[in-house]
Amino acid sequence: MNTLPKLIFELSREGKIGVGLNEADVPDEPAVDPALRRRDIPDFPQVSEVEVVRHYMALAKLNYSVDAGFYPLGSCTMKYNPKINEKFAAAEELQAHPYAPHDLVQGNLEIMARLEEWLMELTGLAGFTLAPAAGAHGEFTAMLMVRKHLQEKGDPRKVVLIPDSAHGTNPASAHFAGYDVKEIASSAQGTIGLAELRPHLTPDVAALMMTNPNTLGIFESDIMAVADALHANGSLLYMDGANLNALLGAVRPGDLGVDVMHINLHKTFATPHGGGGPGSGPVGVAERLLPYLPVPRVRRRGEGFDVVYDDPRSIGRVKNFYGQFLVIVRALAYLMALGRENVGRVAEDAVLNANYLRKRLEGLLDLPYQGPSLHEVVFSDSGLPVKTLDIAKRLLDYGIHPFTIYFPLIVHGAMMIEPTESESKETLDEFIAVMETVLREAREDPELLRQAPTRTPVRRLDETLAARKPVLRWRKGESL
Amino acid sequence: MAKENLLYSKDHEWVRREGDAVVIGVTDYAQHELGDIVFVDLPAVGKELKKGDPAANIESVKAVSDVYSPVSGKVTEANASLGGSPELVNQDPLGEGWIFKMSVEQAAELDELMDLQKYEEYLKGIAGE
Amino acid sequence: MRYLPLTDAEREEMKQVIGIADVRDLFTCIPSGQCRPPLGKLPKALSEPELTAAFRAFGRRNSFSGYLSFLGAGAYAHFIPEVVSYLSAKGEFLTPYTPYQPEVSQGSLQAIFEYQTLMTMLTGLDVANASLYDGATAAAEAVLLATRRSGRRRVLLAGSLHPEYAAVIRTYVQNLPIELVTVAVDEASGRVDAADLGAKLDDATAAVLFQSPNFLGVVEDGPALAAAAHERKAFAVQVVAEAMSLAFLAAPGDAGVDMAVGEAQSFGLTLGFGGPYLGFMAVREEFMRQLPGRLVGQTRDLDGKRGYVLTLSTREQHIKREKATSNICSNEAWCALRAGMYLAVMGRTGLTRAARACHLNAAYFARAATGTKRIRVVYERNFFNEVLVAVKKGSASELAAALRKKGILAGVPLAWFDAGQKDRLLIAFSEVHDRAAIDRLLAAIGV
Repeated sequence: MNTLPKLIFELSREGKIGVGLNEADVPDEPAVDPALRRRDIPDFPQVSEVEVVRHYMALAKLNYSVDAGFYPLGSCTMKYNPKINEKFAAAEELQAHPYAPHDLVQGNLEIMARLEEWLMELTGLAGFTLAPAAGAHGEFTAMLMVRKHLQEKGDPRKVVLIPDSAHGTNPASAHFAGYDVKEIASSAQGTIGLAELRPHLTPDVAALMMTNPNTLGIFESDIMAVADALHANGSLLYMDGANLNALLGAVRPGDLGVDVMHINLHKTFATPHGGGGPGSGPVGVAERLLPYLPVPRVRRRGEGFDVVYDDPRSIGRVKNFYGQFLVIVRALAYLMALGRENVGRVAEDAVLNANYLRKRLEGLLDLPYQGPSLHEVVFSDSGLPVKTLDIAKRLLDYGIHPFTIYFPLIVHGAMMIEPTESESKETLDEFIAVMETVLREAREDPELLRQAPTRTPVRRLDETLAARKPVLRWRKGESL
Repeated sequence: MAKENLLYSKDHEWVRREGDAVVIGVTDYAQHELGDIVFVDLPAVGKELKKGDPAANIESVKAVSDVYSPVSGKVTEANASLGGSPELVNQDPLGEGWIFKMSVEQAAELDELMDLQKYEEYLKGIAGE
Repeated sequence: MRYLPLTDAEREEMKQVIGIADVRDLFTCIPSGQCRPPLGKLPKALSEPELTAAFRAFGRRNSFSGYLSFLGAGAYAHFIPEVVSYLSAKGEFLTPYTPYQPEVSQGSLQAIFEYQTLMTMLTGLDVANASLYDGATAAAEAVLLATRRSGRRRVLLAGSLHPEYAAVIRTYVQNLPIELVTVAVDEASGRVDAADLGAKLDDATAAVLFQSPNFLGVVEDGPALAAAAHERKAFAVQVVAEAMSLAFLAAPGDAGVDMAVGEAQSFGLTLGFGGPYLGFMAVREEFMRQLPGRLVGQTRDLDGKRGYVLTLSTREQHIKREKATSNICSNEAWCALRAGMYLAVMGRTGLTRAARACHLNAAYFARAATGTKRIRVVYERNFFNEVLVAVKKGSASELAAALRKKGILAGVPLAWFDAGQKDRLLIAFSEVHDRAAIDRLLAAIGV
C-alpha cells in the first residue's frame, strides 16, 4: 500500500462506537451546575473497535524497533527488552493504588527495596532513590542534592563544570538547579584529565558532571585523580551513568571517587524505550549525600517494608508517588535473570561487540579519537564524498536503523555506534557488509545517498517546513 | 542594499545608518552558515541594549544563534515581516531580511565596526582557520 | 545466558580479529585494583520459570486486590478496553527509541500527533506537547514557563492544589529566583478564597496556578480565576489531576485559562503503584515556542506525501543546552501513545459516558450520605468524582481502618498530607463502581 494511514479523526463517522461500557445504574442526577459542564467535545473521534485496531496495526507497520532489528543508536543502549518482563509489568497483582496502605503492598515495596540494594551493590554507592522519572530528571535530582549539601556546608557555590562532549541534558539540569555552567574542553584524546580540569577548578566550582565512559565510548582513565582534585577543592564528582552498560560488573563508580550518579533503567537495565519513554533515572549517592535523597524512601523494617515521607534534610519530592514503578519492575526482573553470574558478561559482550565493529570499520571510516573504545565507537565523515546524514538515510534503505548522528558535538559529522551485547556476530557482520556497500555507493554514486531513503514508508521529510509553519494538531477542514 | 554602504561586526551583523538611527541585520555569510531559517525572535521595541548584548535570536531547524547589538541604544522597530516569513533572512539578508532598527547612543561605537573590505578580509581569516 | 547471543566460539573469533587474547584486555583503561568487584549481594541467575515464580511471590505479598477501593487523590482506577493493552504491547510501539529517524518512525509520530490533537480538544487549548513525566512535574514546568515568559517571579499556588504537586513545585524552584505564595481556600465553598487571591495578586505575579477539580474534589470557578489573573497581566494555569473530568466539565480553554497541565493516567494507564503515568501540558498558541518537551508536527516528504517529524527542537536541551526551556529528554511517549489509543477506542460517546458515570456515582453517594449521622458531606455540589466527607466522631483514619476490616479501602485521609485535617476523608468514584458497590460502602459506613 502506497498511502499512509489516515488520521484517527479522518476515520471518524458520527454514531460509531468502539467500546462496550456498563450502563450507569444510579439515577441520572448530576450535582454540578450546568455552567461548569461541557456540552460536547467537538470533532472528537467516533470509530469502531475493529477500525481502531486496524488503524494502529497500520501505524505499527511504519515503525522500526529493537524487536525488528539492529538498532546501534549510540549512547542509547538499544538492547533487547525481554518479553517476560512485560508480563510482570502488566500483572494485575502489582497494579496497586499508590495510596494503598503499606501492609497491603509489601510485595511492591520489596521490589523497590531490592532494586535499590542491588544497584548499591553494582555501583558501590551508599544509597539510591528510584524516584526520578528519566535520566535528565535524575541529573536534576542529583544536582539539587549537590547544592543542598554544599549549602549546608555554608556555600552552595556557583559553577558546574561540564565537558564539551556531554549530553545537553547535563547543562540544562545544572541550570535548573541554580548553577552557571562552564564548558570545559576535552583533551586531544577526547577525555578530561587533571590538565583539562585544573585551570577551571576555582573555589566557585560546585561539581564536575562527567559521563563515564564518555560519549566517545572512552573510559575516563584519570577519574580517580580528577575526583581527588575535586574533593580537595571541596567540589563533588557527578557521574552521568548513561553509559553504565560498559561498566557492569567491571568496576563500581563508587570505588572511583564518584559522589553521585544517575543511571538509566531504560538503557542499562533493558526496559523498553517506548518510542521515547517512560524511562527511569535512579540516582545513587555516596555516604555524605544520603541525607538529601528525595522522599518518599522505602525502608526495610524488620521482616517488612515501610515508607519515609518526611525528612527535613531531603531535597524534597521530585515526582508524584514513588517513581516509575512498572519500569522498576522490569529492571529488577532483568537483573534477576542475569544474576551475579552474567552481569559482567553484559559489559564484556557489549565491549567486545563494539571493538569488533571498530576493528572492521576503522579502515573504511575516519576515527578521530583513537583511544580504547568500550561500549561504543565514534567515527566521523571526514574524507567522505557524502555527509553522515546521507549514510544514515541510506542505511534505512537496507533495513537497518542508523547510529546516532552528529553527536557528540566535538566530532565533525559524528557516527556514534553502540551495538550492545544483544547482537549476534551474524548481525554485526551483516551490518559491516551493508556499511561496506553504502560506502562504495557513496564513492560511486553519491547522489544515490543524498536521495535516500527511497524504500521507507516516507522519504526525507521537510523539517524546515514543519518548523516554519508549525502544524501541531489536526483541525477539521485543514488536512494536508 | 549595496553591501559597500554597510558596516560589519565580527559576529556577522551588518549595520546601515538611517538618519540618527541604524538598521541591523545579519550578513549573507551568517545566513548561509545557519541554513534554512525557521524563526526569528525579535527584540521588543523600546528595549535598551548595550553594545554586545544579545538582541535577537535566529533559529534554523537544528541551531540557534544570537544576534548581538553592534552598538548601544534603544530598539525603535523590529521587522514584523519576519514573523510570517523568516525565510526573508535567507533570501535577502541585506534588504527585506533586516531584523531591527535602533537609536545610537554613541556614534563613536560605529567607528569600531568594519567596512566591507575589512569584513571580507576577516571572512578570509575565518575560512583559513 | 538467554539474552546474550554470542557463542564462545564467536567470542574467540572476534577476539582474534581485534587482536586480543582476553576480553579483559579491553578493560585495561580502568584503574587496576578497582576491577571486577565481587558483587556477592546480587542474586543468583534465575531461569524463566524461576523468575516467573519469584514475581508471583512478590504478587502474593501484595494483598490489596481483594478490597473494594475508593482510593483516588491523583491516581484513579478506570476501565481499560482490552484493545488498548493489546495494541500498546506490540513491540513496534514498545521497543523503538525516540523517533530521531522519522522515515522509519511514522507510526509513533502519527500516534503522538493524534494524542496532541486529542489533548487540545479536551482542554480547549491550541497546542499540547508530546508529554511530561507526570501531573506534578507538569505543574512545575508550568511554573517555570510562566515565569520565563512573563519575566515576573511570583507565582500564586491555590491552597487546594494536590499537596504532592505543591511539594514537587517547591522542589523544582528551590534554587531559582521564584517566589511561591499560597492562596487560602474558602472553607465554606472549598474553592480558592477570592479575597485572599485579590490581596496576593500583584504586578509581579507571573501566574495563578489552581487545580480544578481541586484536591478537595471541588470544581473551581475557572472563568473568575482566569479573569482575576488576567487583570494583573498574570497567566492563569489550571491543573487537572483527574483527566477524565475534561470529558464532563467545561474545557479549561473555554474558561479562559492560558495553560492546562496535569495527569492523564486515567486515559488507559494502569494504577501501577504510581507510575509510569502521563503528564500533559496544553497552552494557548502564544506559548508554543516556550513549551518544554517534545512536539510532533506535520510536514511533507520529498514526494509531497504527508508525514510527521519532531519539530521546534531549538527549545530543547540537545540544542539550547543550559538555555533550553526544560532539561527533559525522555518523556512518557508510550504512555501518551496508550492514552491516544484509549481515547480513540472510547471515542466521543464512550468517553463522555464514562466521565458522566464517574460523576453520577459520586453524586449518588453524596446524596445518600448527606444528612446522615456518622459523616458529613463537606461539599454537597460541584464536585466531579471525588467527595470530601468529614467524620463526625473520631478521625478519618479510624473510619478508614474500620472499613478496611469490612474489605473496603474507603478513601484517602487528608491527615496524611495535613495533620490538621484529621476528620477529612476523600472518597473517589469512577465508572468501575456500580450502585451495589456504593451501597456497600454506605452500609459499611453506617449512614
